[in-house]
Amino acid sequence: MAHDHKLEIFRGLIKFKSNTEKIWGVLIFLTIVTGIEVVLGIYKPESLYVNFLGMKALNWIFIILTIVKAYYITWDFMHMRDETPALKRMVVWTAIFLICYLLFILLQEGGYVFDVYKDGYIKRDF
Amino acid sequence: MDTSVVNTGTEGKAWGGGQRPLKASYGKLMMWFFIVSDALTFSGFLAAYGFSRFKFIDAWPIADEVFTHVPFLHGQELPMIYVAFMTFILIMSSVTMVLAVDAGHKLNKSKVTLYLFLTIIGGLIFVGSQAWEWATFIKGDFGAVQTKGGNILQFVDSDGKRVALGDFVVAGERERVAQERKNGIWYMEEAALPTYTVEEVVSGFEANSELLVRTQFIDEHGEKTILSREESLKRLKTNGREVIEGANLRANEYGSPLFADFFFFITGFHGFHVFSGVVINIIIFFNVILGTYERRKNYEMVEKVGLYWHFVDLVWVFVFTFFYLV
Repeated sequence: MAHDHKLEIFRGLIKFKSNTEKIWGVLIFLTIVTGIEVVLGIYKPESLYVNFLGMKALNWIFIILTIVKAYYITWDFMHMRDETPALKRMVVWTAIFLICYLLFILLQEGGYVFDVYKDGYIKRDF
Repeated sequence: MDTSVVNTGTEGKAWGGGQRPLKASYGKLMMWFFIVSDALTFSGFLAAYGFSRFKFIDAWPIADEVFTHVPFLHGQELPMIYVAFMTFILIMSSVTMVLAVDAGHKLNKSKVTLYLFLTIIGGLIFVGSQAWEWATFIKGDFGAVQTKGGNILQFVDSDGKRVALGDFVVAGERERVAQERKNGIWYMEEAALPTYTVEEVVSGFEANSELLVRTQFIDEHGEKTILSREESLKRLKTNGREVIEGANLRANEYGSPLFADFFFFITGFHGFHVFSGVVINIIIFFNVILGTYERRKNYEMVEKVGLYWHFVDLVWVFVFTFFYLV
């Protein structure tokens, strides 16, 4: 079976010699990202508590780093990088579209319910 | 018979069939489609969690204060360390899985066997860690009082450090015993009785003048609000209804009941995925040892279960973020 793996990550910035080497490279990258998340999670720098688009900037950093990790797990561990563009789009865009839609509806509604409580229509703190 | 169609006239054309536009086997495609649908199930759960959290955005438990334990390091507060370890174990077992798939492409049976074995071990360590995490979460460590409105009152000393109920409450004489099937009406039973009553907590609280009540509401510094001594006493006496130790689906000592509900449901559902992944990996592991794929000259089955295994890792990355970090 002649399996051709695409061996470069970071848009060709790093190119590995073999597939095995690439796997270890991605592991190191994922470990570093997880390490950053954990350190930020433990120390929670006060400077990142500013509000940005409805959430703390720190939370946005966590979410973005998570999506970066998800990308490398899917692309390199699940070999999505070697699949045809059609398969990539079928899997990724379907999921992303539906998830964004669901998240928007539910989070919007959750925020609304919070406001109903806060504005004193329903007493909660007793 | 002349009328029956033998040729459709579309042979060799793009719509004539026999094409493989995605250049992937049937099994792999179906695994991808299953993964998409399972990803949507998980995101449904996580979105529901987000909904509840946005609903109680000013009163949600702070994960760093809930998950502080590490096995064998009793009594030390080490937030995040153990979960980070669990995450690393799962990523590591994902790596051994890719290495097994890679060895499968080279038809190297002994390497596939070794890496699959390591993957299974990683999965078992993860499931075991999760069981430990659950046990610690259910047991709880400080205890709290639930108010009539369903809010949680926790206890702190003058420095803001948490104080366990056992440190200041003295349990009195008990006449009432929990009703079990064996000591009462045979078809009736009730949950275990709490160690202390609310009255005992109140008198213990009155006897220790340095104690204060901490509510579940978060102030502008991102910390839980601590009440003054008078306010603490008043809240405890007028609103205190039930002593809560640990966590169950009805109430928990950390905060909103939904917090524990979602914790059990989402990490439980993920843990079940890991468990079934381990079982599937074991089946494939024995197939590898027996030489099934060696004879087939094709290790694609390892690749397919590998896809599932990586997906489990992928989901954990999100669960980790939304339960422990954000």
